[in-house]
Amino acid sequence: MNHLLDIGELTVDDLHRLLDLTDHMTEINQRPIPKVPALRGRTVVNLFFEDSTRTRTSFDTAARRLSADVMNFAVSSSSVNKGESLRDTIETITAMGVDAFVVRHSSSGAPQQITRWTTASVVNAGDGWHQHPTQALLDCYTIRTSLGRTRGFDGLHIAIVGDVKHSRVARSDVQAFTMLGARVTVVAPPTLLPPHVDGWDVEVRHHIDDVIDDVDVLYLLRMQRERMGDALVPSLREYTSRFGLTPHRATRLAEHALVMHPGPMNRGVEMAVDPAELRGSVVLQQVTNGVAVRMAVLFDLLGSGAELRGEER
Amino acid sequence: MSEGTDPPPSRTVMSADDVRRAITRIGHEIAERHRGVDGLVIVGLQRGGVWIAEQLADALGRIEATDSLVLGSLDVSFYRDDVGLRPIVPGRVTDIPVRLDGLDVVLVDDVLFTGRTVRAALDALNDHGRPRSVQLAVLVDRGHRELPIRPDYVGKNLPTSRAEDVTVTEDGVVLR
Repeated sequence: MNHLLDIGELTVDDLHRLLDLTDHMTEINQRPIPKVPALRGRTVVNLFFEDSTRTRTSFDTAARRLSADVMNFAVSSSSVNKGESLRDTIETITAMGVDAFVVRHSSSGAPQQITRWTTASVVNAGDGWHQHPTQALLDCYTIRTSLGRTRGFDGLHIAIVGDVKHSRVARSDVQAFTMLGARVTVVAPPTLLPPHVDGWDVEVRHHIDDVIDDVDVLYLLRMQRERMGDALVPSLREYTSRFGLTPHRATRLAEHALVMHPGPMNRGVEMAVDPAELRGSVVLQQVTNGVAVRMAVLFDLLGSGAELRGEER
Repeated sequence: MSEGTDPPPSRTVMSADDVRRAITRIGHEIAERHRGVDGLVIVGLQRGGVWIAEQLADALGRIEATDSLVLGSLDVSFYRDDVGLRPIVPGRVTDIPVRLDGLDVVLVDDVLFTGRTVRAALDALNDHGRPRSVQLAVLVDRGHRELPIRPDYVGKNLPTSRAEDVTVTEDGVVLR
């Protein structure tokens, strides 16, 4: 594996390999001194053209726990604001000698484009509405560990609720969950479904009450308030009444069911209960697992070399 | 493999019974040198050392009639000096059930060759505490050390050429 851009480029074996590797990273993270020398001397560059403190911090922590050096480029403080092109930025940083770019960009496909301009590995940390592969991996890992599903998700029913259309998390999650064998239902108003949802391997519902009694995992997406202005949703109260997890609905969830959210949450909108009081909430576990999964991805990209031939062994 | 030649013949150098007896003998040596098993931790190296460590712990349990022996396993993938130079496929997850401060650790592996895995294991152990001592037990010492590392307990010294392959299982030790 040279890059991690899109869950769709992975095989089921790749998914399992990365999740197995994450078990090792979890063990490291539970130690009094959670740090190993695996990536000493490697440099990871966090290049965030869109602000995301939690994702950047998670990648930053992951790289440091593997002893890699980390450079953080925030767009506001870089020469991108002076009119430097993306290509010039990438070529300049590459010339400093770096091993991996972690890229967040508002344009779909930007990380893919960047692979053409650098010899370093590229990790997609979210591009437009397109993909957020490490989020999907940490979500899979959270389900795998919370429900004891080491071998896959056969027979699990996962509902993804909310603004599927504008969600890179939903795109990556649907791919990863179905690859691991889960049955996935997306729940959204027609205005917030992607145009090509027919081509996805999912069922579609328009009311959370259609799935709430049946799901093993309820995955709530963040309701982006700016969508209100686009008149895609009548009102937040209306949204909550059809798609929000309310205290009454929480009592209808199966005892073992998980409630997940990629963060940041809109309390009182999609999450209309206090997650701290919600039995199945694994929202903070997702954050913890995010660091471990990103360690696994960085180690897989930078720490595992090509097979040596013959007498070189 | 070059064309036109048969694969090199394989030779069984230890039988299943030889392996069992060697592990039992190492158990006696450990118990003698430590005067029992108090404060002793047996740590098998992933992957080949784990089953030997388990059998060694069983042997020590019989020799000293104890069930308080601490047994662990160590994966050294993240401490190797060849990270990035070859595919690294970790074994099972490291399991060190206690802090190692002040304890006597016996590292267990199947074959001692270059010594680089043991070097990585010493670094890995450090992250689980500061043991009072660390010793090394191996079933086969095949020579060709690249680092100043020597075993404290050896099942069998086996002179080999670098090109040969040593396979250790419960069924015996095969050289080819």
